[in-house]
Amino acid sequence: MNSYAFTLCGTRCQALPSGALWLPEAGTLCVSDLHLGKSDRIARRSGVMLPPYEVQETLDKLADDIGATDPRQVICLGDSFDDLAAADSLDGAMRLRLTSLQAGRKWVWVEGNHDPGPVDLGGSHLAQIEVGTLSFRHIATSATAEVSGHYHPKHRLAGRSRPAFVVDAARIVMPAYGAYTGGLDCMAPVIRQLFGPRAFAILTGHKALAVPLA
Amino acid sequence: MPDATRQLPAKFDAWFAGRGWSVHPHQQAMLDRASDAALLLIAPTGGGKTLAGFLPSLVELADGAHQGLHTLYVSPLKALAADIKRNLRRPVDDMALPIRIEDRTGDTSYTQKRRQRADPPHILLTTPESLALLISYEDAPRMFAGLQRVIVDEIHALAESKRGDQLMLALSRLQTLAPGLRRVGLSATVEDPPAIARMLARHPDPCPILLADPGPAPDIAMLQTDAPPPWAGGGANYAIPAVLEAVKQHKTTLIFHNTRAQAEIFFHNLWLANTDDLPIGIHHGSLAREQRERVESAMVAGQLRAIVCTGSLDLGIDWGDVDLVIQVGAPKNVKRLVQRIGRANHRYNAPSKALLVPANRFEVVECVAALQAVQAHDLDGDPKGAGPRDVLCQHILIAACAGLFYADDLFAEVCSVGAYAGLTRAEFDACLDFCATGGYALRAYDRWKRLLLTADGKWQLRDPRAALRIRMNIGTIQDTDTLKVRLKGNFKPLGEVEESFAATLTQGDTFLIGGQIVRYDGLREMTVEVTRDASKTPKIATFMGTKFANSTQLSQRILRMFAQDDWPQLPAHTAAWLGLQRQVSKLPEVDRILVESFPHDGRQHICVYGFAGRNAMQTLGMLLTQRMEEMDLQPLGFVATDYAVLVWGLKPVTDAAPLFRAPDLRAGFETWLSGNAVMKRTFRGAATIAGLIERNLPQARKSGRQATFSSDILYDTLAKYDPNHLMLQITREEALRGLVDFGRIEEMLARTAGRVDHVGLERVTPLAMPLFLEQGRIALAGAGRERLMEDEAAALMAKVGLPAD
Repeated sequence: MNSYAFTLCGTRCQALPSGALWLPEAGTLCVSDLHLGKSDRIARRSGVMLPPYEVQETLDKLADDIGATDPRQVICLGDSFDDLAAADSLDGAMRLRLTSLQAGRKWVWVEGNHDPGPVDLGGSHLAQIEVGTLSFRHIATSATAEVSGHYHPKHRLAGRSRPAFVVDAARIVMPAYGAYTGGLDCMAPVIRQLFGPRAFAILTGHKALAVPLA
Repeated sequence: MPDATRQLPAKFDAWFAGRGWSVHPHQQAMLDRASDAALLLIAPTGGGKTLAGFLPSLVELADGAHQGLHTLYVSPLKALAADIKRNLRRPVDDMALPIRIEDRTGDTSYTQKRRQRADPPHILLTTPESLALLISYEDAPRMFAGLQRVIVDEIHALAESKRGDQLMLALSRLQTLAPGLRRVGLSATVEDPPAIARMLARHPDPCPILLADPGPAPDIAMLQTDAPPPWAGGGANYAIPAVLEAVKQHKTTLIFHNTRAQAEIFFHNLWLANTDDLPIGIHHGSLAREQRERVESAMVAGQLRAIVCTGSLDLGIDWGDVDLVIQVGAPKNVKRLVQRIGRANHRYNAPSKALLVPANRFEVVECVAALQAVQAHDLDGDPKGAGPRDVLCQHILIAACAGLFYADDLFAEVCSVGAYAGLTRAEFDACLDFCATGGYALRAYDRWKRLLLTADGKWQLRDPRAALRIRMNIGTIQDTDTLKVRLKGNFKPLGEVEESFAATLTQGDTFLIGGQIVRYDGLREMTVEVTRDASKTPKIATFMGTKFANSTQLSQRILRMFAQDDWPQLPAHTAAWLGLQRQVSKLPEVDRILVESFPHDGRQHICVYGFAGRNAMQTLGMLLTQRMEEMDLQPLGFVATDYAVLVWGLKPVTDAAPLFRAPDLRAGFETWLSGNAVMKRTFRGAATIAGLIERNLPQARKSGRQATFSSDILYDTLAKYDPNHLMLQITREEALRGLVDFGRIEEMLARTAGRVDHVGLERVTPLAMPLFLEQGRIALAGAGRERLMEDEAAALMAKVGLPAD
């Protein structure tokens, strides 16, 4: 198996190499910071037209994870859309794609700072959600047993920097899942200070690789 | 046809006579041909070339009748524009000519720039980028309406890069705004003057070429030192006492280096040895402007005995009494060497004096080969390809900033540029479509097109505010992302380093910048904060300088030299080194590929001597490692030089010959092209020029957090979903020509015809050693890398007592 298994506050978790989090007992798959429609927003605001394939690329990846885990519930942990207008301008094919991914399972859009309102795309829209012992919200708080996103953490190992989960006994900060998302080194104070001394990072890529954080 | 010999106005004759000068024949010829639509002058540095270019303008402006802009002078360097302004003022002031001369570069103040557009001077001195910006303004037609002449200085330097293509596109615009515009090119000695002439003239106009007397042959030699050069490295530290001695014996010395890092290190060591406190300065493109200007003015004032410099001083700035040029490191290219040598002795008819200082023993061989080539007047160079389409895309966006345009008109204008004469309408339309809609197979941007077609068939910007962003990103200079370096608590920057270099720094690391050692404290708001450090051995500053590929001609000379039984023309230490190589392994031969394999530092290495130039050897490295990956040899990375590529990995190569089967290499090349790092780097450059990636944003960059993502992602996405997109076509074209240079791999395969000598060894060989100190190592993302990352992760987890999976 290429994923990395661990337990957070009594709930079994698997960090998948794609950057998704799988909770086998609850049948829940969680992804964060999809930033769908980012190229649309950039074109609208600046005139620069990036390759308009990032929605397709991101949904392809998500479809693979859903196919592999067959979740009862999918949580999109905020910043699923680059902004609400980008959600509205999603083209027909991609809407259909999302609908087919949603079919037969519960789908939750957790609100993020980029997408603070409900979207016209099926699923329920929530500020946060509890699954088992864990709370899921977009931005980390001081609460424990918490899964959040927002910071797009990355970690450097053997000279390579990759999107990474950051984990300690109290919380998980998820890597950004979207195709056009940059990242912030998880040793940056704004991320590192969320965690205790015995934190570790799980790098995404070919195989989920766990490494302790200094 | 030239007019009959034109008499200089009496005022001018008197001025020449007053300085004890007479008009050079080529200056007179420029006057005689002043009405030619295009004219190219080839003259050595110091031959009064610039005055030859300006003389017709000064004569035409002497009566004070011309209103507005008369002559536009374009040079590749800001410093050159400033320098010319100074030099041109002398005759203008002496003769009290009613001529206003101003320069305009990225450094000119905002108020000054605005005033220049409203009320242009008679003579405006500028750079290709500033000119491109000028033609993007709506008032360009008014500003350039009366323009008579354009002088392109150092056109040979511009011809080598996309800056030249951008300039020529801008001139095609100017020619429409000022139909009577005459073009003059000034060039140093080049191998193919007609190619430069075709670039300069409006296609298909003729362009006569004037050749000035090249002057006496240069006095050029290799520096003799007591200490032998080291086996490897680029520092030329060993030569410092001899270089200091040479500086003492001359009035002013220019010390050229091939990279900025080498210049920094050499300068630092020179100062440590400079017990006489000779005034010596440093000048290169990474230094802060204030610092460069200080050095330039000290030099002009004759206060410096030597300047340690890089290509930023390559061009014809008049530094006064330079009487010695020292080239540290192999010159790589005979033509550039000849041009650099020309920097010494600006008195016409006095021979230039130059010394070559090889940095290591391989460079001794290269320097001797280069000396032979100079003596044989054997200049080198490669023909330039068709005009690049990424530059055309930027030109289309610039045209849109200036106002509404018809596609037909712009196409006709573009085709009048020599390099774009062969452009098809379909190719042009693809570029226009890219600018307008993104040009994607998936038409996703109907609502947000950048350019719209109006009802009467003209193109315009959808959002006029976009002009600001387009203007901010004008230019074709492919600087990597750089960060300013600043002393803590100090406002003025010391200079710049590459972002990738900054990323390798950890607190407490020391490096050289501007000749001083500084300690890295941290990154703050995209600025590298440092404090001065008293230590004597810095971590090397690896920020980039230009890396030149060795010319084919020079490589061939070196291989011919290797074939000799002994080497009387080489210093004893280098001859002994080659002898040792022959003894423990073999010397590379023209018609065979030599491969050495040996373990070193816990990794298996192979070193392949192909002598195809740095770019082609880099490509060969890519192809070889791809095949090794397929054969599960787990390669980890490679580094290429002009003559060899060194690959390291986890498993040994026992038989190298199958790696070089030509059909496999060619097939591998096709699949490889789509997914490699060189392509991604090329894509980044092309996409930036074409306006797909913005280098500069209206609001200053903040922390980079979440805002930026790697251009590699864009490349991968395009390659996957839209493989025929214009940007990928351009990337491929360009990579084939420049960075990939598969042509020279083909040439290598043809000359070696499958003859591969594989020598298995226990340790590094003399000839392979320099590669271990090369910069620019490329790490591979294959099975070997995954295994290393897993091993390192497991080791780290074990250390803290956590399970690895």
